[in-house]
Amino acid sequence: MSKYSVLSLIKNAFSDNKNWERAWRDPEPKKYYDIIIIGAGGHGLASAFYLAKNHGIKNIAVLEKGYLGGGNTGRNTTIVRSNYMLDENALFYEKSLKLWEQLSHELNFNVMFSQRGVLNLANSDSQMDAITRRGNTMRLNGIDAELLDRRQVEKMIPYLDFSDTARFQIKGGLLQRRGGTARHDAVAWGFARGADQLGVDIIQNCEVTGFKTKGNNIEIVETSRGPIGCGKVGFAVAGSTGHLASKLGMKLPIESHVLQAFVSEPLKPVIDHVVTFGAGHFYISQSDKGGLVFGGDIDMYNSYAQKGNLPLIEDVVTAGLAMIPGLSRLRIVRHWGGIMDMSMDGSPIIGKSPIDNLYLNCGWCYGGFKATPGSGWVFAHTIANDAPHELNAGLNFDRFRVGRSVDENGGGPIPNRH
Amino acid sequence: MIRIKCPYCGLRDHSEFNYIGDATKLRPINPELANDDEWFDYIYIRDNPRGVHQEYWQHISGCRSYVKVLRDTVTHEVLKTGLPSDDLLFSYEAEK
Repeated sequence: MSKYSVLSLIKNAFSDNKNWERAWRDPEPKKYYDIIIIGAGGHGLASAFYLAKNHGIKNIAVLEKGYLGGGNTGRNTTIVRSNYMLDENALFYEKSLKLWEQLSHELNFNVMFSQRGVLNLANSDSQMDAITRRGNTMRLNGIDAELLDRRQVEKMIPYLDFSDTARFQIKGGLLQRRGGTARHDAVAWGFARGADQLGVDIIQNCEVTGFKTKGNNIEIVETSRGPIGCGKVGFAVAGSTGHLASKLGMKLPIESHVLQAFVSEPLKPVIDHVVTFGAGHFYISQSDKGGLVFGGDIDMYNSYAQKGNLPLIEDVVTAGLAMIPGLSRLRIVRHWGGIMDMSMDGSPIIGKSPIDNLYLNCGWCYGGFKATPGSGWVFAHTIANDAPHELNAGLNFDRFRVGRSVDENGGGPIPNRH
Repeated sequence: MIRIKCPYCGLRDHSEFNYIGDATKLRPINPELANDDEWFDYIYIRDNPRGVHQEYWQHISGCRSYVKVLRDTVTHEVLKTGLPSDDLLFSYEAEK
């Protein structure tokens, strides 16, 4: 498979762009794979890529019930950051952010990673205290963080409501300059192409319908395209984790919830950063096509439907207008829902499962997109070595049983509150 | 909008309710005798079904009572509602 370069661009331009090679193959499933990853979203594809690249394993399949990148990878607000406080999260997401910084080169595919800065606003004195503490903790972990006061925020983003009558006064903000956004589809496509080049079979339209087990091992993965034998199995199916686990009689500390996201009509450049509200749950950035991309809370009730409800849309828009009154006449052109695997402490589960040759990559709550390369990196390590990487050792499944939950915002074991 | 029939107030929009969560989890009856596994199961583990889910909603903008609801998590359709003490049974096969 050829490398993308300026030369290949020129060459293909002269042949009217009719001779580009396929970016990945469309293989028939083999009878047996050493490792089967279920779910060809960003996480599954990244895991397969790093299994092949870092661990030299060749006989790998990624099974996908629909088309690759068609789940949450294509349904998020594309924010990338590592502004966490607890070590288990902070160090893991920082590794992920470092991988993002090199990803386009690594994959020879432009993932359009844009380090435009992520700014979390504080709207009360106690929030200022909280972000000061978080920023200091981040810096102790070697992660960039800058505390801005009200004046500095106003200079940077004057379009917020700085009037004396604003319902939620802006006290300041915590800025991570290395954070930003990436092109979500390109991440799936880049990892798919990279994994395919290393010999990974990506099998789309192949739904897992069940498992045949022997002892405490999965022997065969039953699919809509026939049974496939396996050495090891990894789940990377986000919101469908509970559904898939139920086929093994396995129950998890996870609930599935629907999260909606929105895109406005395109505008000229107006929002140069990723900005989040402190007084309500709202986050916004502007895509390269000009649309404002934003979101807020989940709908709050258990759901496997990739669609949400209107009251939540009203909530999100209300928070958005409180933060940026100038949005009031903007029209929303698209909105959609994705299914979040909300864990009981708000942190992901990456590690071994109660079944010997099954590995779990789930519980991503709102924040799976930014973890994509890091998740693949440590999940590949965990599967290849049958032991966690040091960066996901604390994010194991057993932490709940032994009382070592990783609860970033102290919300308690209530999944829709994280 | 999901419409939920409160046993006291009748059919109302779901925006009048606060979602409480899974109604099948029971606190260990004798907490002092319950072992770690029972607490783990009660606090953390959820069936998380794709399909019929038994859940509590609280009618916070109405009578404030808990309502037990059987709802399909794929279609969001409310299948049955009742008092928290009610045993709500539903199966798609039986309804056909």
